[in-house]
Amino acid sequence: MTEATLATSASSVERRADLRAGAVQRFERIVEIRGFEERLNVLFASGAIHGTTHLALGQEALAVGLATELEPTDLVTGTYRGHALALALGMSPRAVLSEIMGKAEAPTGGLGGSMHLCDMAIGLLPTFAIVGAGLPVSVGAGLAFQYRQERHVSVALFGDGSTNIGAFHESMNLAAIWKLPVVFVCDNNVYGEYSRINLTTPIEDLHLRAASYAMPSAVVDGMDVPAVRTAVAEAVERARSGGGPTFIEAKTYRFAGHSRADTAPYRPAGELEHWQQRDPVLLARRALEAEGILDAAAIADLESRVGAALDETIETVRELPEPALATMFDNIWTPGEGAAR
Amino acid sequence: MRLRQAIVAALQDEMRSDPSVMIMGEDVAVAGGPFKTSEGLLEEFGPNRVRDTPISEMAFTGAGVGAAIAGLKPVVEIMFMEFLGVALDQLVTGAAKMRYLSKGQVSVPLVVRASVGSGSGFGSQHSQTLENWVTSTPGLTVATVSTPQTAYGIMRAAVRDPGPTIVLEPRALYAVRGPVERGESGILRLGKALIARPGSALTIVAMGQTVTTSLAAVEQSGIDAEVIDLLTLAPWDRETVLESVARTGRLVVVEEAPESGGWGSEIVAAVTRELFSSLAAAPFRITAPNAPVPYNRELEARFLPQPSEIARQLTSYLATDSVPAPWWVAEGIHHD
Repeated sequence: MTEATLATSASSVERRADLRAGAVQRFERIVEIRGFEERLNVLFASGAIHGTTHLALGQEALAVGLATELEPTDLVTGTYRGHALALALGMSPRAVLSEIMGKAEAPTGGLGGSMHLCDMAIGLLPTFAIVGAGLPVSVGAGLAFQYRQERHVSVALFGDGSTNIGAFHESMNLAAIWKLPVVFVCDNNVYGEYSRINLTTPIEDLHLRAASYAMPSAVVDGMDVPAVRTAVAEAVERARSGGGPTFIEAKTYRFAGHSRADTAPYRPAGELEHWQQRDPVLLARRALEAEGILDAAAIADLESRVGAALDETIETVRELPEPALATMFDNIWTPGEGAAR
Repeated sequence: MRLRQAIVAALQDEMRSDPSVMIMGEDVAVAGGPFKTSEGLLEEFGPNRVRDTPISEMAFTGAGVGAAIAGLKPVVEIMFMEFLGVALDQLVTGAAKMRYLSKGQVSVPLVVRASVGSGSGFGSQHSQTLENWVTSTPGLTVATVSTPQTAYGIMRAAVRDPGPTIVLEPRALYAVRGPVERGESGILRLGKALIARPGSALTIVAMGQTVTTSLAAVEQSGIDAEVIDLLTLAPWDRETVLESVARTGRLVVVEEAPESGGWGSEIVAAVTRELFSSLAAAPFRITAPNAPVPYNRELEARFLPQPSEIARQLTSYLATDSVPAPWWVAEGIHHD
């Protein structure tokens, strides 16, 4: 199976496993996420999709590095800025796009949308559209693993803005006192919605917050896959071996605005350009070339192949059927629920 | 046994039969629960299954959601319903949406227990019932208890239920004694109301401690009222209520909460819609006033509809076929 066919027809579990095949596969996933988000931006701007979207441009390496180190049996909570995480964990561009376009074949049947991506085959709980809301749930999943003495790990991925909400502090505290197998991964992309971190938070080095909970922490270059992998691997091993939770701060940068309507005019001059020097696509590309794994021509070929597959996916998904009206009543109650009728 | 002991018995029986059932909350383990509703469970089941939490309702309610998704059947205790305010997101926006947002890949077999209600002198921040915080969210089952038997039967049903369920426990009833049939035959069905007293003159729908006060009012007034203990507020048992009102032609809902936004409006609206032409008189609600729960003993006693007040309104209703004014209007104390 070639990489291109893998990208369109493989199961989410296979796509996850593919990340461990090598640096080329991880680069391909980064390129896929970047291409997906860029195309999505165009689709939204053109009115082809309704609602809103929160792009994860600049946060691809963190998602891919994290996904590489997790098993499909580990459970992950994410946020409304979740496309990169979902694609990295293994959801296909077709699955994610059909969700965003509200199609019947989408993982939620078109009832969730951009902010609610889910695939339990790879341990991705429905992503949370409320800042901080996923953290207590991750603590609970960790509790279940500890309760049954399983070696699974529970992971919460959230933004820097989440570290100012009570759910963050309560969850860190609870995970710490119970020594739960939870990895807290903070994607510090410098902005919480429209506000720069210095306006909302007294410190910019958020890993310092872990000290309040006597929790081991790490700070890592979130633009660099190998750096992310190293930090996540250490935290995961600690969790699996009963060593309790870890807090990882990944320094990233949000290349896009908060959501569809936001062009981010509030950025200080030069900040975006500074971070673009550390663009994850650029870093991964350079590493492949420097290590002699792929040359420039092979990289260009890979990028165009991934782009073509995405274009094809978009055309396919556009034509997919819409959900039936009656599906809005599905899955509100659990079968067997006494009160359900 | 006392109602609080019936809750312990229900939890104990479920924990004995299902190793995935665990409980957590503030002071539920070492102290046996602030209202002794988990007494002895730590000793029998150990610290993995009976856990004291920090005062972090958002974290441990959410942890209940996550643990339920991951295969446990957590029972989370909220000491006073008011404390759920800081954790509401985890239930209304989290637990109630997980199955929907996963197209059935995920379910949340979680129980949240909360003590509710006035009558104990706890003041305005520890005496509300607040069921209307949660009854308008599709996906959340909301139940309540009124006697030791219903406490046992509803609690076991809630633990066995595969979806998120909130059980409201009237604090004033914890010490009430009554017979309890343990075991399978003592388990009730969520979504099913009980007829606490059959009658033909009118239908009273009550829940929690208003079941007790309504039964006392019926006794005092000598009116042959049918008293329905609704037990499950969401989704509520339309069949039992409509069948009863179709027979009696009259409906009175007795609520403990302030008048605005109460669950009784839902019942009155549904009955009016379904049975309008066969009603003998307008259905109405007896509620608390639109005010916080006062602390002073005499004032608090008037806040919750008392048997004498309910009896007065029922008698007037039957005599005139019109809706009586509540005491604060009738006595010229306050006009809404």
